[in-house]
Amino acid sequence: MALDKNGIAQRIAQELKNGYYVNLGIGIPTLVANYIPKEINVEFQSENGVLGMGPFPFEGEEDADLINAGKQTITTLKGASFFDSATSFAMIRGKHVDLTILGAMEVSQTGDIANWKIPGKMVKGMGGAMDLVASAENIIVAMMHTNRAGISKLLKKCTLPLTGVNCVKKIVTELAVLDIGPNGFILRETAPGVSVEQVIQATEGDLIHGDEVHEMSF
Amino acid sequence: MIDKTVSNVSEALKGVKSNMTLLLGGFGLCGIPENAIAELVRLKITNLSCISNNAGVDDFGLGLLLQQKQIKKMTASYVGENEEFERQMLSGELEVELIPQGTLAERARAGQAGIPAFFTPAGFGTEIAEGKEVREFNGKMHVLENAFKADFGFIKAWKGDEAGNLIFKGSARNFNPVMCGAAKITVAEVEELVPVGTLDPNEIHVSGIFVQRIFEGINYEKRIEQRTVRSKT
Repeated sequence: MALDKNGIAQRIAQELKNGYYVNLGIGIPTLVANYIPKEINVEFQSENGVLGMGPFPFEGEEDADLINAGKQTITTLKGASFFDSATSFAMIRGKHVDLTILGAMEVSQTGDIANWKIPGKMVKGMGGAMDLVASAENIIVAMMHTNRAGISKLLKKCTLPLTGVNCVKKIVTELAVLDIGPNGFILRETAPGVSVEQVIQATEGDLIHGDEVHEMSF
Repeated sequence: MIDKTVSNVSEALKGVKSNMTLLLGGFGLCGIPENAIAELVRLKITNLSCISNNAGVDDFGLGLLLQQKQIKKMTASYVGENEEFERQMLSGELEVELIPQGTLAERARAGQAGIPAFFTPAGFGTEIAEGKEVREFNGKMHVLENAFKADFGFIKAWKGDEAGNLIFKGSARNFNPVMCGAAKITVAEVEELVPVGTLDPNEIHVSGIFVQRIFEGINYEKRIEQRTVRSKT
């Protein structure tokens, strides 16, 4: 069975390591915070100027002066700090943030990503995504493998305006975990009950799979 | 002490005219200069070029200026929450420059710091880099970006003193400190204006040297864009 959004987030959470500073994008990435393994400590950075982000506030305790990059009300944990936007992106471009998790409309087999614009239809802007993908050493994309019409979003070449080039390292979808290799997508894991054939069908780009394709374990 | 206080918002915006370029602090609706925006609406000046991370929502923040068609050009990084903005942009009424958020912050900081331009990796290989100088540093390609130049900067802080020293609260800090001093005239509005000597110099986020005018704002709505809570049970 293909994973739901929470399943994708849960699988990505397994990539977190003790001591990581992590930036979570809007959408599925935000859910990753719900699945941090108990034995590790990580801190979440929000590019609007918060390090040490905590859970949503209890009702009645919302503070208009305390939001995340998705404009949601949040809380802070012990050891948190606030800073201005230039300092925030110094953390990001300066490679002080260890892992970036973000969503995408399309990813190419060379690691290009598109997630900010559909010409003539939707222009929301890139926000901090271009800075994040241009600088982060470690980028995981959380996305659905295909769109609602069943058309693959893992492509030989992106069709939408790019957010960054040659930057994505790993992709987790409802069907699979894939890495970007020199010759295309490398299939590493399949979702429970999903066949390799299903992943091949859903991937427009070149897909390489060796003998070591495991089923995801939770 | 060099006194930066002005008595109210009209005095603070003296000299703001049509066709000017304005820097406005805030992220979403958090930490926006609400009083200055209300006064810009009242002044009915037009053809403004506004630089701010977002464009507000339809009926608040910079959305109020968009409603009155006072903005000619908007420079921002994310504009997803504003239907009127999207309509004016897609119909070509509004000129829009979308730029990476870190680049926006650094262009403001560069303006503040007297750095005319800088190289950043953000946007290389995308349409953002089209027509711009690119250069390789340490095996990686970078894009040349210019410092912002603006006529007025509108800043929102939590506390300030008569000398223009500022303290921000929570994530309402965002772009505000880096936009101070990036325009010819920086106007700071604060929730609480205190006499000099009240604020601990160790705690000040922005020195008064970057601020030309300061006043205590009124009637802050501080609207929450996405109220998200968890239940106590």
